[in-house]
Amino acid sequence: MIEIDHITKKFEHFTAVDDLSFKVSEGEVLGFLGPNGAGKSTTMKIITGFLAATSGTVKVDGHDIASNPMAVKSLIGYLPEGAPSYGEMTTLDFLGFIAEIRGYRGAEKKRRIEHAVNEVALGEVCYKTIETLSKGFKRRVGLAQAIIHDPKVLILDEPTDGLDPNQKHHVRELIKNLSKDKIVIISTHILEEVSAVCTRAIIIAHGKIVADGTPAELESRSPKGQLEDYFRSVTHEPVPRAQEQV
Amino acid sequence: MDNTGIIFRRELANYFSTPLAYIFIVIFLVMNGIFTFDLGAFYVRSQADLQPFFNFHPWLYLFMIPALAMGLWADERKTGTIELLLTLPIRLGEAVVGKFLAAWVLSGIALLLTFPIWITVNYLGNPDNGVIFAGYLGSWLMAGGFLAIGSGMSAITRNPVIAFILTVAICFLFVATGSEIVLGAFSSWAPQILVDAIAALSFLSHFDSISKGVLDLRDILFFVIFILCWLLATAIIIELKKAN
Repeated sequence: MIEIDHITKKFEHFTAVDDLSFKVSEGEVLGFLGPNGAGKSTTMKIITGFLAATSGTVKVDGHDIASNPMAVKSLIGYLPEGAPSYGEMTTLDFLGFIAEIRGYRGAEKKRRIEHAVNEVALGEVCYKTIETLSKGFKRRVGLAQAIIHDPKVLILDEPTDGLDPNQKHHVRELIKNLSKDKIVIISTHILEEVSAVCTRAIIIAHGKIVADGTPAELESRSPKGQLEDYFRSVTHEPVPRAQEQV
Repeated sequence: MDNTGIIFRRELANYFSTPLAYIFIVIFLVMNGIFTFDLGAFYVRSQADLQPFFNFHPWLYLFMIPALAMGLWADERKTGTIELLLTLPIRLGEAVVGKFLAAWVLSGIALLLTFPIWITVNYLGNPDNGVIFAGYLGSWLMAGGFLAIGSGMSAITRNPVIAFILTVAICFLFVATGSEIVLGAFSSWAPQILVDAIAALSFLSHFDSISKGVLDLRDILFFVIFILCWLLATAIIIELKKAN
């Protein structure tokens, strides 16, 4: 269970996340939607403990991220935006490093790496340095490091960005297969992805939740039954208000 | 501590999987040769010690070490891996120390590879090897001091070149404060206690006494505490600047 309780994140000149509260339970695949700059990535960075919230609390499985970050970080597998990884390392070395940090040694480490490599089909690039890989493979290396410890909570920031349709399909299948007893939070711009894999969707704009429901519910709120129309209607900014904000 | 070791090994392996380690070591050795034998007049002095070798180390490190340190954190920030690293179940201190140690050990390896100079001086005469050992220890400690400054400066920016320039500037400050020129400029008007304080902060005064074979615990502690302070500063800077 992830409990996000009134978190606010202020940067110097703007508020990225504004008094956000929601809960996610086991088995849910939450799609995190919103226009660019809505606060999706910032929220994910707060849940994973990279950034500290200005106020509010985040609890994962009862552990507070502020007071017990190690416990929370052990539970989470995280794919940051852009899937960063150490480019000079080979895929296997990189996954070996992550597996060691996650506490695996010897045969167990090997088994974990093999499993992750198979899960995201990295076999052919095991011995290549990551910087020489295509965008799709780099993304999959990022996914592999996130699932190597079979995490209870998986947080993926735009996991299918830059993948071709086949790869996208593969990643979606992977997420669907994972999620029986796990919590998955995915941020995405691709609305069809939400209908395809998510059991719940939250739309945020200006750091606030503007919609929360199953993809089907959100679709039904638009006259044409399209998630895209509904997304636009709740996140569209009338021009005068945008000027006020500046 | 386990995590520190894992990060240390990854970083050190990384140095050797790119040309960086080799270039650093080769240039370090070549420069040492030039400084010792040519500028240092190693043969002309006809004294069985390594003073000309160690005397140039502060000035050699002034440019070599910032090049080694500049990527420590700036690269992590630039490529975004800092977000990956700091959301793994590790403490920030473990990452800071692990990375620092890897760079420090690399500089130590480069230093150890100057052993032909030690063999030369032993072949030509009967030097006091205790003094030479102290010189090596002092030199390595001083390299650690430079590196720790570099670690902090590297955490300030995502641009390694800026980190390099800032590190050189600050390192220069900590070297030059011990030189005759700077101390002379102060001693004419400042109270002696201030002059002593400035000299006490300088790498030169501490390194000089160690490299002459005077293994004073205070000189060693100076470098150890200096390194720890800058590593702490590194951690604080990273914590403050994560959002950028």
